[in-house]
Amino acid sequence: MATPQVTGDALASNMLAPPAANRSFARSRERALPFLLLVPSALFLVIFFAVPMVQALILSIHSPDGAWTLQYFERMVRDVNFTDAVRNTFLIILVAIPLQFLFAIVMGLLLQNKLRGSSLFLYFWAIPLAVSDLAAGLVWLAIFGDRGFVNSFLRTTGIAPIAFSWLSYENYGTLLMAVVIAEVWRATAIVMVIVVAGLQLIPPDYMEAAEVFGASRWQRIWHVQLPLIRPSLQVALILRTILAFQVFAVVIALAGRAMPVLASEAYNRYGELNPNGAAAYAFLILTISLITTIVYLIVLRTSEEEMGQ
Amino acid sequence: MSAKTGTINPPRSTVDVPPLNTAANKPTLAKTLGRLGLYVAAIAISMFFLCPIYLITISAFSPQKEIFAYPKALIPQSLTAETVLFFWNATGVQASLVNSVIVGTLTVIFALLVGAPAGYSLARFIFRGRDSYKLLILTTRAFPIVILSIPLAVNYISWNMYDTLWGVAFAHTAMALPTTILVTASIFIGVPRELEEAAQTLGCNRALAFIKVAMPLALPGLAAAAIFTFALSWNETFAATILTQRNRTLPALILSQIADVGAPLPYRFAAGFFLIAPSLLFIFIMRRYLFGMWGQVVK
Repeated sequence: MATPQVTGDALASNMLAPPAANRSFARSRERALPFLLLVPSALFLVIFFAVPMVQALILSIHSPDGAWTLQYFERMVRDVNFTDAVRNTFLIILVAIPLQFLFAIVMGLLLQNKLRGSSLFLYFWAIPLAVSDLAAGLVWLAIFGDRGFVNSFLRTTGIAPIAFSWLSYENYGTLLMAVVIAEVWRATAIVMVIVVAGLQLIPPDYMEAAEVFGASRWQRIWHVQLPLIRPSLQVALILRTILAFQVFAVVIALAGRAMPVLASEAYNRYGELNPNGAAAYAFLILTISLITTIVYLIVLRTSEEEMGQ
Repeated sequence: MSAKTGTINPPRSTVDVPPLNTAANKPTLAKTLGRLGLYVAAIAISMFFLCPIYLITISAFSPQKEIFAYPKALIPQSLTAETVLFFWNATGVQASLVNSVIVGTLTVIFALLVGAPAGYSLARFIFRGRDSYKLLILTTRAFPIVILSIPLAVNYISWNMYDTLWGVAFAHTAMALPTTILVTASIFIGVPRELEEAAQTLGCNRALAFIKVAMPLALPGLAAAAIFTFALSWNETFAATILTQRNRTLPALILSQIADVGAPLPYRFAAGFFLIAPSLLFIFIMRRYLFGMWGQVVK
């Protein structure tokens, strides 16, 4: 494991080495130490991350009787729910993620204003960080259910005397809206934390300089703060999108089977004792996630170069 | 602005600057109103996050009769533990709660045992491949790791690890590990290397210097990392459902009851409350470490 070291590294390990009698032995052990410390984590990630990733591909193109086949992908594409699952997953992402970023940026900027009680605001806004997708779905079920709080409110105030089925299959628009609201409620916090961390890295001199030169509040946000947190936004965008492609328990809790998504279809195939079919979905999610990450990296980098010109 | 700079009149532009500065210090009506607007926005956002928690709490503590009542009051008519007890005594709930605690604890132990040495290595040593390893760890986040529980389940069946708490804990460890490594690295960077070196010159060997000096200083950060990992495991639903059959964790049990059995509304609301209650505590303990844990993405 110990690779030959360049002089700089040898110097570093020399400085760290205890004044032992057997210096060369101690030194070679010192050299191996950083690698030895990495071994457990590397092994763990190989067994529980790298290998299953390859296996997801193999499972999806290899039938139990030993033949290589594309039947699982063909069956997946022909599945009644497939088109709906793809459309629903993408629609949730397309609507929820821009809203999450809009909210997160507004929240991050609000916290920069040194409001009284801002640590309390931060605590309230950060609570969903530790709330599971399943719990978020159940919470909004209590609100949007047929006998839920929204219908109760509309009835009590006399706005709409007849209960409306927000979560029924027939009202696709409101069902999607409920899922999106639950996702915004649950997952905006993680984006907000990344945005705030990015905003805190901006040296105060920049903002002061902008103020001295007469930049208005909006100009400071638009021309100083937002461009400087671009790297944070990029990372948050990748993280959020990858997680959103796996959206699952929120949808199950709110919509049951009325709104199939990719992960719930994987879950259903698996429940039908068809791990190969489930693996086909897993591989599809994996591929879409990787393509999206690459597209984000390319698109966001290109515009960065444009800005530099 | 451009018109002003176009005219050749330097004195006027110097007169223009000072009022800007004094205006920034003097509270005008517009400024006060703007500040009020910020508070209104902050309170409105807080309501959006807190009201649902309030509503699930009063749902969980309403009698079952009231849960089916319509229209419901926004202020509960009567509070009772009936619904919560109904959930608490439902089949499998108590056992799965114990399972969730065991899996969470195992995940914390594994993640720290495997991740902290790697974090220490990345923080303390300069060696070939250090940056590549860091990049590799960051890259794992571009993969939908939860979905990998499907091939993992097939492996577990052949390893005799299917439907065991160990198996779920290992899967959760794999999900937490990249964060644990990066977080522990940033914690150990914050512990001055000189202190460890001083201990070594005073006769400690490297391991003893680590245990006696670096460990105690890193402890608060490591505790925060442990809570982060526990919360991740406590909340994880998909993998836990896929990897278990009878030994369910709490979210896995609730999900399967909803998806496969169609659990009644009181069960669902009480379940939602049970899942959310610890998160209030997690974030309260973690509030100082939020950016160190969840914001741990920018190098």
